[in-house]
Amino acid sequence: MSNVLAVLEQRDGAIRKVSYEVVTGARRLADALGGGAGVDALILATGPVQGADQLGRFGADRVVTLTNVAFGRYAPEGYARAIADGVNAGGYGVVVFAASATGKDLAPRVAARLGRPLVQDITDVTAAAGAVIATRPVYAGKALLRVRVAGSPVMLSLRPNVFTPVQRPKAGAQESASVDGSAGRVIVTQIKAAPAGTLDVAEAPIVVSGGRGLKDPANFKVLEALAAAFAGRAAVGASRAVVDAGWRPHADQVGQTGKTVSPTLYVAVGISGAIQHLAGMRTSKVIVAINKDKDAPIFKVADYGIVGDLFEVVPRLTEEIRKLHG
Amino acid sequence: MKIAVCIKRVPDSETRVKIASDGKSLDEAGVKFILNPYDEFAVEEGLRLKEKAGTGEVVVIALGPAAAQETIRTALAMGADRGVLLQTQGLHPDGLETAKALAAELKGAGFDVILLGKMAIDDYNHQVGPMVAELLDLPCVTTVTHLEIVGGKGTAEREIEGGVEVVAFPLPAVLTTDKGLNEPRYPALKGIMAAKKKPLEVKPTAPGPGALEILSLTLPPERQAGKIVGEGPAAVAELVRLLREEAKVL
Ligand SMILES: Cc1cc2nc3c(=O)[nH]c(=O)nc-3n(C[C@H](O)[C@H](O)[C@H](O)COP(=O)(O)OP(=O)(O)OC[C@H]3O[C@@H](n4cnc5c(N)ncnc54)[C@H](O)[C@@H]3O)c2cc1C
Repeated sequence: MSNVLAVLEQRDGAIRKVSYEVVTGARRLADALGGGAGVDALILATGPVQGADQLGRFGADRVVTLTNVAFGRYAPEGYARAIADGVNAGGYGVVVFAASATGKDLAPRVAARLGRPLVQDITDVTAAAGAVIATRPVYAGKALLRVRVAGSPVMLSLRPNVFTPVQRPKAGAQESASVDGSAGRVIVTQIKAAPAGTLDVAEAPIVVSGGRGLKDPANFKVLEALAAAFAGRAAVGASRAVVDAGWRPHADQVGQTGKTVSPTLYVAVGISGAIQHLAGMRTSKVIVAINKDKDAPIFKVADYGIVGDLFEVVPRLTEEIRKLHG
Repeated sequence: MKIAVCIKRVPDSETRVKIASDGKSLDEAGVKFILNPYDEFAVEEGLRLKEKAGTGEVVVIALGPAAAQETIRTALAMGADRGVLLQTQGLHPDGLETAKALAAELKGAGFDVILLGKMAIDDYNHQVGPMVAELLDLPCVTTVTHLEIVGGKGTAEREIEGGVEVVAFPLPAVLTTDKGLNEPRYPALKGIMAAKKKPLEVKPTAPGPGALEILSLTLPPERQAGKIVGEGPAAVAELVRLLREEAKVL
């Protein structure tokens, strides 16, 4: 059986959290394929990457860092070339990416270079008789498509927050090699970072989202306080209504024309639950809705609901959560 | 400036999904089709680039069934100059085959900018733009929310987790558009009338079979009908207890 390659991401020289999920997913698939398939993890960077030595514990048998001065920031063309070359040289049967902003850009390039189809943003993967079967949401999450991939390598990207990292007592071998290459014609000249400590809604384990029920942009401080009570684990999201009104940045929008999120806990506050909003959050593990209208459609997908005025309910919730975190 | 915009006919985002009797596709009976919302941003950006350049052409290209002529007319009504329909029998899931068919049409046609939506809201494939770019060996920036083009060089911004990437690239290039890039215009009555007379070429196309086999299309498991914990702030304590003890997420 040929091996599985997990393509990982680093930013500022540190492994991104989503990469542990990619290794976990790759391991799961390698085990399902059987025949002793191994998992190699690949990182592109300028030098040693912080966190690479932890990858063995998530299922990587071998961690390979390809170094080049041009690989500090994401370089679409340079990365695609180096990875496609690596896949060819290693004869991998499966290549797994994260369906992150970078992964969704990079995976199609590598796939096209290799002349292989790509199953993007999957939420489940299995193997049957040596063939890979992947599941992905389509029609804004209103349906699930299951596909079998013929031939190899099989190219997949994994939806963030779905493949929960699993630890195992094992270390992976570390290798580092400098490679020839350049960034290519497309150059990331700058990253305008969000304020330090802000989690992205697509990657936060907890998302607290607000809608038109907040009534005024200044009132989002009520949600920011709730998010803060979760001690660095929560991000604040928004419905399109409030993004279009200019109350919140587009980066925070959850839904069909915003981000797809699958946090452990999604709290919808003053959000009615329009189908396009549900498209972005219905795969959350647990959904809580706070809305003053008991007939709001959000209650149909929520696991737990409180009918009431958010301005009374949310501050109380914030207090209770703070108590939990001492 | 010569601009191509690749567009797709997709079911309206309000569509109630019903699975066809084959268990592998959407039952299209009664479904309303629209121009893919992300492609609207691409059409709008193409029109703006041409307007700014003061000269040029905006060509819309759709791969799809005969009915996609209507989708092309929508883009022509917004202001595009002419349309090309790569007419197929039904679409299949392999985005690489779609990209190959589009690349074959785009190749050697001398476009300065090729625009596509970042993804289609039916198959959520999110890949055709960068694949077209690779096949044509052109620079590409995806999910663009801000764009400036000056004298053969471009700067784009794209959202990444926790920030915004600023990207420089040379023309010709392939760009995929995201919400936030612009506000697409509504076709005016005059535009709708004019669109009827604009050239629309139909080319029969047969994309390859691809390497993805659809096993099933199913409705997602219904989320368990949840419970209303209670009313007002008095219900908060019970909610927190349930989140800890039942859902185990706190
Ligand atoms: C093509 C397309 C794409 C779209 N994409 C998206 C998308 O990506 N994301 C998205 O969110 N939407 C999207 N939409 C828009 C969507 O259809 C809805 O219009 C939008 O989600 C509504 O936002 P909302 O729930 O904040 O506002 P509303 O629907 O106005 O709901 C406000 C809610 O707040 C409640 N409320 C008011 N006051 C209080 C109070 N004091 N306490 C408690 N509750 C209160 C109300 O009962 C109501 O349920 C899209 C639409 C289209 C056509």
